[in-house]
Amino acid sequence: MSESVQQLLMWLIPGAPLTAAILIALFGPKVLRGQSHWLCWLGIATAFGCSLALLTSITPEGFAVDPSQPAVVIGYEWIKVGSLDIRIDLRADAMTSIMLSMVTGVSLLVAIFGSGYMHHDPGYPRFFAAVSLFVFSMCMLVLAGSFLMLFVFWEAVGLCSYLLIGFWFRKPSAAAAAKKAFVVNRIGDFGLLMAMFLIWRTFGSLDFDWVLNSGSTEWQMIIGANRETITLICLCLFLGAMGKSAQFPLHVWLPDAMEGPTPVSALIHAATMVTAGVYLVARCTPLFVWAPTAQLVVAGVGAATALIAALTALMQYDLKRVMAYSTVSQLGFMFMALGAAAAGPEYVTPAVTAAMFHLFTHAFFKALLFLGSGSVMHSMGDVIDMRRFSGLRRVMPTTHWTFLAGAAALAGVPPLSGFFSKDDILASLSAGMTHGDHRLYFAIIFLVAVLTAVLTAFYTFRAYFMTFWGPEKFPEEAGAHPHEASPVMAIPLQILALLAISIGFIVGPLTHRFSSYLAHTMGLSETHPHLHWGLMLLSTAIAASGIYAAFVMYVRSPAKAEEARLRSGRLYDLSQNKFYFDEILTTLVVAPLRRLAALSVSFDRTVIDGAVDAVGRLPRLLSQAPARLHGGVVGNYALVMLLAATAAVVFVVQALGRQ
Amino acid sequence: MNNDLALLSWTIFLPTAAAAVLGVGFRDENPNSIRAMRWFTAGVTFVTMILSFLIYQRFDPAQAGMQLVSVKSWIPSWNVEYRLGVDGISMPLILLTTVITFLSALASWSITRQVRGYMILFLLLETGMLGVFMALDFFLFYVFWEVMLLPMYFLIGIWGGPRREYAAIKFFLYTLAGGVLMLIAMLMFYFNSGNNFNLVELAEMARAGTVFSREMQIIAFVLLFIGFAIKLPSFPFHTWLPDAHVEAPTPISMILAGVLLKMGGYGILRIAMPLCPYGTQVAAYALVAIGAFSIIYGAFAALAQTDFKRLVAYSSVSHMGYVLIGMAVWKIGEGGELIGRDYWNMGINGAMFQMLAHGVSSAGMFFMVGVVYDRVHHRDLNQFGGLMQKMPLYSGFAIVLFFAGLGLPGLCGFIGEVFVVLSSWNYSPLLAIIAASGVILTAAYILWTIQRVYLGPEYRGPHPEALSEMNEREFSVAFTLSALAVVLGIVPNTMFRLMENTTDQLTRTMQQGYEATREEPAVELSLTQESPFPALPNR
Repeated sequence: MSESVQQLLMWLIPGAPLTAAILIALFGPKVLRGQSHWLCWLGIATAFGCSLALLTSITPEGFAVDPSQPAVVIGYEWIKVGSLDIRIDLRADAMTSIMLSMVTGVSLLVAIFGSGYMHHDPGYPRFFAAVSLFVFSMCMLVLAGSFLMLFVFWEAVGLCSYLLIGFWFRKPSAAAAAKKAFVVNRIGDFGLLMAMFLIWRTFGSLDFDWVLNSGSTEWQMIIGANRETITLICLCLFLGAMGKSAQFPLHVWLPDAMEGPTPVSALIHAATMVTAGVYLVARCTPLFVWAPTAQLVVAGVGAATALIAALTALMQYDLKRVMAYSTVSQLGFMFMALGAAAAGPEYVTPAVTAAMFHLFTHAFFKALLFLGSGSVMHSMGDVIDMRRFSGLRRVMPTTHWTFLAGAAALAGVPPLSGFFSKDDILASLSAGMTHGDHRLYFAIIFLVAVLTAVLTAFYTFRAYFMTFWGPEKFPEEAGAHPHEASPVMAIPLQILALLAISIGFIVGPLTHRFSSYLAHTMGLSETHPHLHWGLMLLSTAIAASGIYAAFVMYVRSPAKAEEARLRSGRLYDLSQNKFYFDEILTTLVVAPLRRLAALSVSFDRTVIDGAVDAVGRLPRLLSQAPARLHGGVVGNYALVMLLAATAAVVFVVQALGRQ
Repeated sequence: MNNDLALLSWTIFLPTAAAAVLGVGFRDENPNSIRAMRWFTAGVTFVTMILSFLIYQRFDPAQAGMQLVSVKSWIPSWNVEYRLGVDGISMPLILLTTVITFLSALASWSITRQVRGYMILFLLLETGMLGVFMALDFFLFYVFWEVMLLPMYFLIGIWGGPRREYAAIKFFLYTLAGGVLMLIAMLMFYFNSGNNFNLVELAEMARAGTVFSREMQIIAFVLLFIGFAIKLPSFPFHTWLPDAHVEAPTPISMILAGVLLKMGGYGILRIAMPLCPYGTQVAAYALVAIGAFSIIYGAFAALAQTDFKRLVAYSSVSHMGYVLIGMAVWKIGEGGELIGRDYWNMGINGAMFQMLAHGVSSAGMFFMVGVVYDRVHHRDLNQFGGLMQKMPLYSGFAIVLFFAGLGLPGLCGFIGEVFVVLSSWNYSPLLAIIAASGVILTAAYILWTIQRVYLGPEYRGPHPEALSEMNEREFSVAFTLSALAVVLGIVPNTMFRLMENTTDQLTRTMQQGYEATREEPAVELSLTQESPFPALPNR
C-alpha cells in the first residue's frame, strides 16, 4: 500500500467520526432527528474499514522494511514557542492498529444496537453526536504520538464519558455520577500530568518515538542516570491509569457510571475507554521495565482491585452493577499481567501480550454482556434488579444464548476467548512465581488471581441463572408481553457472541496471530510462547467449580444461597455495601475538603475582610476621639476647663517654685 | 509615524469622543432614544475593535521591541510625554480589551436605569483600559490607570446590586491604595533616573544596572507588586473582587474579569519586572508561592460558595494564580546565572496566554450567569437546576465556557495552565505539584456548579416562567465567546506568535539587568540622600 493511501487512511479513522459528530450536533436536533444514527454509523463504519485496512497495511510488509518504524502522519503545529514544538501527529504501529480495529469495531456494533435501544428517546441525536465524538477521541488517543497529545485526548474521552454518563441529566443520580466520574478521573489525570512533566524534564521531549525508543545509546544513558525518576514517572503514569481504568481506590466512579445508557456502558465503560489505562501502561513498557518497583505496585494494585471488585460483584442485585464490578475486576487482571513483566526481560513480551490480549477479548465479551443486559433492561421496562425478573430464557432466546456465550467467555470456559486470555495471564503470573526476584510476591498474586477467577465464574453465572433460569417472572413495568430484542439489537449481539466464542482460538495462543502481530510494537520482541497445559486444566477446573457453585445455589436448591448468605454474615454485608468505599471516601476525603473550603471562606470574611474593614474604619475612629470631646454637653466643657485651669495653675506654681 | 500616532490615539479616544456625543446629543427620555444609545455605544465599541485590528495589521510579530511608537510632548517641564506604543505583551491584551468591551456593550441591554450615564462611563472606561495598555510613559500610564478607576467606581456604585455601595467603596479603597503605592514607586524612579518617566528608557537603565540600586529595586518592586497584585488579584489582596463582582451589573463583571484583572498582570510585566530586575529575582520565590497558594485558596473558596457570581469570582482568584507563577519562575544558579531560560520564557508565555484565556472564559462565565440572572433575578446555586431542559442552547454554550475555565484540552484554559505548571516544575517541583493539584479542585467546583445549575430534574426556584431561550443578541455574545474559547484552544499559535519574541527579549534583558545590579557595589537608597519631596521644577 502506498504511503499516501496509508496517510489518508490514518486521517480518515478519526476524521470520519469527527465529521459525523459535528454534522449531527449541527443538524441533529432540527433536521436529522430520528435518522441521526445513519451519520454516526457511516462515520464509524468508515473508521472501522480504514482501521482494518491499516491493520493489514502496517504488517507484515511494513515491518519487513524496518520493524521498529511506525507509520507517522505529520499533522499541524499546535504549539510552537521557542524550543517547544508540539505537533498534532498521528502515529500508528501494531498496538495502535489492534486497538483501532477493536475500538471502531465494537463502537460500530454498539452504535447499531444503540439505534434500537435509544429509539424514542428525546435526546436521540445528542446520543449519536456524543458517541461519534467519543469514537473520534478514542481513536486519537490511541493514535497519539506524544504524551501531550495522549493527555489531550485522555481528557477528551473523559469529557465524552461525562456527557454520556450524564446523558439523562434530569436524573439527579446521573448528574451526580457524571460529576463523580470526572472528578475521580481528574485525580488520575493529575498523576498523568505529573508524569508528563517528569518525562519532559528527564528526556527533554514528549514524543513516544524518543521517550519510548530504547534503541539509542543516549536514551540508555538517560535511563541509567535517572533510575529513581523513572520509577517515579512510572508510578505517576500508573496513577493516571488507575483513574481511567478504575483501579482501587479510584474505582468508585465506574459502578456509578452505569447511570448512563446501557450502550454507553458497553462501549465506554467496558470495552474501550476504561482500557486506556492498560493501553498506557502497555505502551510505556520500555519505561516500566526499568522500574521494577512500579511494576510490583501495578501488579499489587491490580490484584487488590480484582479481588475486591469480584467480592463486591458477588452480592449485587443490579445486573449492570455486577457487570461493572466485573469490568473493574478484569481490568485488575490486566494490570496483574502487566506487573508480572517484572519477572525478567524475557517475560516482558509475554506479560504485556497477555494483558493486551485480555483487553482485546474482554472488549468483545464484556460489550456483549452489557448489551445483553441492556436488551434485558429494554424488555423489562428499564428494571435491572435481578430479584424482580427471572426465567427469561424462553421469552428472549437470542438474548439468552448470546448472554450465555458472553458469560461463559468471562468465566473462562474453554475454548472461548476469555479462557485463552485469562490463561495467558495466569501463565505470566506463574512465570513471576518461578523466576525473578519477587517469587513470593507473585505467588500471593497468583493465588489472588485464581481465587478471583473462581469468584468471577461464580458471580457471572449467578447473574446468568438469576436472570434467565428459574420461574418466569416479569416486573409490572415490562407490560403484558415482554419481547425479544428487535433485529437491530439482536444482530450486534449475535456478532459479538460469535466473536466472544471464536476470537480466542482464531488469533490466540493456538495460532499466535495476536502475539506475533503485537510483537512489532516498540519495547516488545518476537517470542514463541508455548501452551500451558497444566494451567489450562486449572483454568477449566476454576471455571467449572464457579459455575457449578452458582448452579447449585441459584438453580438446583436456592435455599443453599440463603444459607450461605446467613453463614457469611459480615462478608455478605461488606459485599452488598461495596465495602463501604463511598462512605469511607466521603469521610476521609470529601468531608475534610469541604471543611477546608468553609475555612477559606471564613478566613476571607473574618481575617482579611476584617483587616480591610478595620483599615476602612480607621479614619472614622481617629476622628471619633476628638469628636467625643465635642459632645455638646456643657458640663463636660466646664469639667475640662476646670481641669485644664487647675493643671495650668499647678504648672505655673511649680515653675515659679523652682526658680 | 504620524499615522501611528493617529491610529493609536483614535483607538484610545474614540470612546471618549463618543461619550461626549452621548452627553450632548442624547436624552434618557423615551425607549427609542435608549435603544439608539445602546446601538450607538455598541457601534462605537465595534469601530474601536476594528481600529485595534488595524493596529494588529501593522504590528510585526517578528520584531521584539516597541512598535508604532508615537510621541507628543505633553508637560515638558516635568518631562512628561504623551508616548504610546505596542509590543508583543500589549498587542494581544489590546485585542482582548476591544473584543470583550464590544461584547460587554452588547450585554448592556440589561441596564435600564439612567442609560445615558451608564453608556458614557462605559465608554470612558474603555479609554482608560486601552490607554493603560498603550502608554509608554509612566505618568501617562498612571493617569490612565486612575481614569479607569473612577468610571468603574460609579458603574458598580450606581448600577450595582443591593450592597453596591459597600462593594464600590471597597473596590475604590483597594485600588486607590494600589494606585498610591504605584505613585510612590513612580516618583522613586523619576527622581533616581534624572527625571525620566519613559518606561522604555527606565527599563534600559535597569538593564544597564548602574542607576537603580539593589535596595531601591527591592522596595520599588514590593510597592509595585502590591499595587498590581491588588488588581490581579492575588491572595491576600483579593477580597474586593468577590464583592465587586457580585454587585456589579453583568457587562461590568465581564469587563472586570475579562480586562481589568489583566492590568495587574500587564503592570507586572510592563513595569514592575523590567524596572526592577533585581527586586523581581529577590521576590521570585515569594511570587511563585503566592501564586500557587492563590490557586488552591481560590479553588477552595469557590467550592464553598452558594452565590453563582461569587463562585465565578473566586475562580478568577484561582486562575490568576497561574499568571503570577508563570511570570516569576526565574531560576538562577549560585553565581547568578540563569538556569533554563526556555522554561522562564515558557512560563511568561503561559502566563500571557492564561490572561487571554481567562479573559475569554471568565467573561463568558459572567455573561452566562447574567443571562439567567436577567430572567430569574437570583443567583442562589441551591435554587437552580434543570436549566438544560428549559434552555438547551444556552446551557450548551455555558458548559463549553465552564469547561474552558476548567482547563479542558482543546479549549483555551488548558494551554496556559500546562505551560505555567510545566515551567514551574523547573523552578520548584513542590510548588509545581501544589499548582497542578489545583486541576482536581477546579474540576470539582466547576462540575458541581454545572450539576447544580444545568443538570437535575427541574428548576424549582423563583420565576420559572421566565426561563426562555437566549435571544439573538445574547446568542451572538455567547457564540462569539465560545468560539474564541475553542479557537484559542485549537490554534494557540495565533497568540503565541505575537508574544514570543517580546517575552524572549524581556527575559534576556532582565537577566542582564539582574547580573549588572548584582555586581554593583552597594549604595545608599537615593531617596534618603535627597529630600523626600524634591522641589518642583521652577516655572
